[in-house]
Amino acid sequence: MSSQPIATCRGLAHRYGSTDALSGVDLDLPAGAVTALLGPNGAGKTTLIHLLLGLLPLRQGTIRLFGDRAPGANGARSRIGAMLQISGVQDNLTVRELVELFASFYPDPAEVADLVEECGLAGLEGRRFDRLSGGQKQRTLFALAAVGRPGLLVLDEPTTGLDPAARRRLWSAIEARRARGDAILLSTHFMEEADRLADRVVVLDGGRVLARGTPAEIRRRVPRDTIRVRSRLGAERLSALPGVVKVRDGSEGWTLLSGNGVATTRALLEADPDAAELEVRGADLETAFLALTGDAPTDDGVRPGCAVREDHPSLEERETA
Amino acid sequence: MNIAIRTLPGAWMQLIRAQFLNLSRTPAYTLPTLLFPVMFYAFFGLLMIPGRAQFLLCTFATFGVMGAALFSFGIAIAMERAQGWMRLLRAAPAPISGVVTGKFVAAMLFALAIVALMSVLAAGLGGVRLATGQWLALAGVLAAGTLPFCLLGMALGLWLSPSAAPAVINIVYLPLAFLSGLWVPASQFPAWLQAVAEWLPPYHLAELALHVTGTRAGDWVWSAAVLAAYSITFAAAVAFGWRRLDGIRK
Repeated sequence: MSSQPIATCRGLAHRYGSTDALSGVDLDLPAGAVTALLGPNGAGKTTLIHLLLGLLPLRQGTIRLFGDRAPGANGARSRIGAMLQISGVQDNLTVRELVELFASFYPDPAEVADLVEECGLAGLEGRRFDRLSGGQKQRTLFALAAVGRPGLLVLDEPTTGLDPAARRRLWSAIEARRARGDAILLSTHFMEEADRLADRVVVLDGGRVLARGTPAEIRRRVPRDTIRVRSRLGAERLSALPGVVKVRDGSEGWTLLSGNGVATTRALLEADPDAAELEVRGADLETAFLALTGDAPTDDGVRPGCAVREDHPSLEERETA
Repeated sequence: MNIAIRTLPGAWMQLIRAQFLNLSRTPAYTLPTLLFPVMFYAFFGLLMIPGRAQFLLCTFATFGVMGAALFSFGIAIAMERAQGWMRLLRAAPAPISGVVTGKFVAAMLFALAIVALMSVLAAGLGGVRLATGQWLALAGVLAAGTLPFCLLGMALGLWLSPSAAPAVINIVYLPLAFLSGLWVPASQFPAWLQAVAEWLPPYHLAELALHVTGTRAGDWVWSAAVLAAYSITFAAAVAFGWRRLDGIRK
């Protein structure tokens, strides 16, 4: 991976009326790397993307693309491909007509036949966009973003609404672009997607960067394991086990959230040697994301963010400190 | 060579092609745009008001090309904004000049089709006889005369929601056509209404059409100047609406 950033953003801020959509956001997008932008709805992801693409006026902060280009400048736009969240096209044009149209905007476009093949659209060239399936539409939009052989590919929730198979096909196309050296900014709600594709993750919430790092680093920011067990110990005793931050009773036994799964498990088995159906799961990116944003309960109803954030400041907070 | 300049001609041609294909595959546009004015001309210009086929050819053709321009720009742009198409084009290095030109040329092609269909009816059923140069001049004037209406449609499309656009554009289109004397000659209006008509752009486009066909020798210079002034005004409204898009999340 090249260390030379294709895009450099410093101190980005943007307001809609009295609402701060972004506040002091820094972002680097290196070549040959996927940078995932994570955050709940309203976190500022789309605003950041629109600033980067020159679709919104840059009022505060700086953005430099490909060295010294400003967003929206022709020299920058011709090297950027974008797949936007709401990307309606003239839907009675065919796949080929759309790809040829977008190819005409760029100085050195890809061969249409090659691109159609690469994006899994072979055989669909003559089909009108409004007669494509959801996955085929998304792949066509991806092809429109990629047709100019861009150095920077901006993908705003590209796999929303796709079935797992269609999602994986699009992932493969994104991976192929990364392998060619493109810088890719991927905004997504799917943690599995970020975990698989991202070289770096930036977590946004309320317009601010909460954390940044590799997926592994983000996971480590929330050192928490989930322990499921059937035990005769009550909630009080389980809560007192080392590392436990949350205890929840459920029909399938107890669920413990622990900052130190090993110590908790060891103490649990000492206190209750008959404990059964023990399952220990490490923190995944989704757990980390939820903990960092503190915005949504887990599937077992536990809101994990509060306790963890009190004890474990985000990477951004640590960097600031 | 500048990248934008190098790719411009190809992009323009592709945008013109895409706009034309898009419109021609939209029955909600093609059927009313092509058929309504031609049907109106057949009923009113040829069957119900005999003897005025040439005069009404000019006014009903003006009515037709005006609709082709207003609807192809106004409703289409309002919908494309809402769907994100305009934003996608702005994110890509699509030349905005090509986007507008593509729509303008597509509207002109539909305008020419309307004039051609009406001309066939006028010559075949209405007994209208013009010199070849006059037929060509009629088509040329009406095709070029779509410009102020394209710009008006675009200005409206940049401001209106897709649900409001059809209603508002019809509210603009139909009264403007009537008040400009395209259905009933303005000479039959009361004096005060006639004075209003003489300041409206469709009235002056019809005057140009009447002039080039030798139907009525109006002041074509004045008519052209009024249309140019309206074009500049509407272009300013387009520029203002386009800049407004930069400040909002559309």
